[in-house]
Amino acid sequence: MDQFLQLIVAGLATGAIYALAAIGFTLVWQTSQTINFAQGEFVMLPAILVLTAAHLGLPMGVAFIVGSVAFVLLFGFGFKRFLVEPMQRHGVLPLAIATMALSVLIKEAAKNGFSAEAQPFPSLVPDGSVSVLGAAVSVRDIAIFVVAIAAILGLQAFITHTRTGRTMQATAQNPTVARILGVPVERMILLTFLINAALALIASYLISPVYLAKFSNGETIGLAAFIAAIVGGFNQIRGALAGGFLIGLIDNLAAAYVSSAYRTAVPLVVLVVVILVKPEGLLGRKEERTV
Amino acid sequence: MLFKTMAAAIALTAAMTVSAVAGTVKLIDVIELSGPGAPAGTNWKNGSDLAVAEINAKGGILGQQIELIHYDSQTNPGATRAAVQRAVDEDAYVVLGPIFSGPISASMQITQRAGVPQIVGGEAAAFTRQGNNYIFRTSLNQADSMPKLANYLRDEVKAKSVAVVWINNDFGKGGRDSMIPELQKRGIQVAADIATESGQADFAADAIKVKNANADAVFVYLNEEESARFLRAARQQGIAKPIIGETTLLGAKVIELAGEAANGVKGHVGLLVDAPKPTLVEFGKKYAAKYGFTSDHNGIKGYTAVYTVKAITERIGKLDREAFAKALHGARIDVAQEPGILIDTKWTATGDVDRESFLIEIVNGKPVVKATLPMINP
Repeated sequence: MDQFLQLIVAGLATGAIYALAAIGFTLVWQTSQTINFAQGEFVMLPAILVLTAAHLGLPMGVAFIVGSVAFVLLFGFGFKRFLVEPMQRHGVLPLAIATMALSVLIKEAAKNGFSAEAQPFPSLVPDGSVSVLGAAVSVRDIAIFVVAIAAILGLQAFITHTRTGRTMQATAQNPTVARILGVPVERMILLTFLINAALALIASYLISPVYLAKFSNGETIGLAAFIAAIVGGFNQIRGALAGGFLIGLIDNLAAAYVSSAYRTAVPLVVLVVVILVKPEGLLGRKEERTV
Repeated sequence: MLFKTMAAAIALTAAMTVSAVAGTVKLIDVIELSGPGAPAGTNWKNGSDLAVAEINAKGGILGQQIELIHYDSQTNPGATRAAVQRAVDEDAYVVLGPIFSGPISASMQITQRAGVPQIVGGEAAAFTRQGNNYIFRTSLNQADSMPKLANYLRDEVKAKSVAVVWINNDFGKGGRDSMIPELQKRGIQVAADIATESGQADFAADAIKVKNANADAVFVYLNEEESARFLRAARQQGIAKPIIGETTLLGAKVIELAGEAANGVKGHVGLLVDAPKPTLVEFGKKYAAKYGFTSDHNGIKGYTAVYTVKAITERIGKLDREAFAKALHGARIDVAQEPGILIDTKWTATGDVDRESFLIEIVNGKPVVKATLPMINP
């Protein structure tokens, strides 16, 4: 029972990271109707930027600020302005392919410009464990879960309880009507991309002390988050959230009770089942389009 | 017919001595510069570069400069085979590397067929048991290391049960298959037998399984980055039992990556720059001064691989691959004869090495040598 409880907590912590990245998929989908295949690399990169700034001689606190600002500017504003906007007018598929190219570019740039080796990344949370219902549970797992949930709840509150958030929602649902009603659509879309970058930033700082900062981290996280977004429902934030936790739990339980070799296969099986049974995802909304 | 025979003989002679004709000793290093083996490969590359710079500054080998070319194996058997084939096609005198045992096993037939000696960094037991006369190690065979470690677990740690965590590749499987029988021979129960994957990022579930196995000690046999991630996960999950490993777990890169989580880890190490050997200490200082970080055992292996080429080539007095391979089987190179070898080393008839080794513990982020173990057959 102790082992099961520990695995549940560890699974929720992993799932919280997947949820942060999966919400990014949802946000980009809602605003540009495309899939950002570089989402995993978006989670990998902030830690690399911070370490690069630190290697240039900046104190770690300053390096965090410089890395964070650089990332949000480059992959919030820059991503929208220089990749999404020019490619979007050519259709969804070219844009999706462009994000694949971006994924490779970011990964190779991190490998060649920084290091092919993993690097330690400072943790903001102490090591060790605390007793929960008699089982020793990792403090870091709890902290990852709490911070990620706080970020997601904050986002949800912002979207549902503020005027700007509701305007963002209107833009996502129907940009043409929103524009007629006087909504600054371009600004709302930009805000969505900045939020996506900020969520990736948080995920990066939470997971890099555990995974170590490495150019290839995005592969694992990107695939898991993509599966989570589809399983939960690609067009709903709550779907991405539920999908993230579900995949995180399945991932950890499969590693413990099936085998590490098959841990990545089990979520894929779940994905296939969900697509067959409920194609819109567990909490997703059915979308119909005219072709 | 006579013409064809003469042409073949001339071509063969040219192939055997092409490095001499070109005026350089061409060494081609097929090494892990990307992929999961990048930390090991980078250390090896640096060590071999350092040795080449030193030897060339002193006049080279038999008066000829060494030309060292590095090809990235990408820690991938397919890419390694392609790079080793390229090395053979480009007429390497000796091929150095790789380190990972899977890529070695997948590529060593190429050098064997071409009659090119290959000096590798792998530790898996299998590849020196296949009758290949051109494969040579720079580190102890894991089959020789595991009995020493099993004795340590029984006699020093007093473990009655051990959880075994290993990486599911040739290196890890070879280590696991060598270790478990050694534990059982000594009456030590295997409380958990946990396979992990190469490149695995999340070890929380594995650490939880280890913790709940409630063994007296944990034996960890993973590659560098995975070792560090496991140690961090073990610390997070509050594993308090002794964590014991073999060489890689106690390497400088793992200590750097794992941080405080490496403290208290104990085990057996074949090569380290903190060993009580002046030549190893001196190498460690030179390496750190040039590259800005501490060499792990792979840096030493890369360095000594080049000095092995120098010592044996000077011993045979010519650049002859076949004579080189024959001479290295059963050879012994002592520091007194060739300081660059760093520690007295013997090669067996199968290409395995025999040398002294060390029991160490990580204390405050530094390896501390607790005992020096003798050669198996001094």
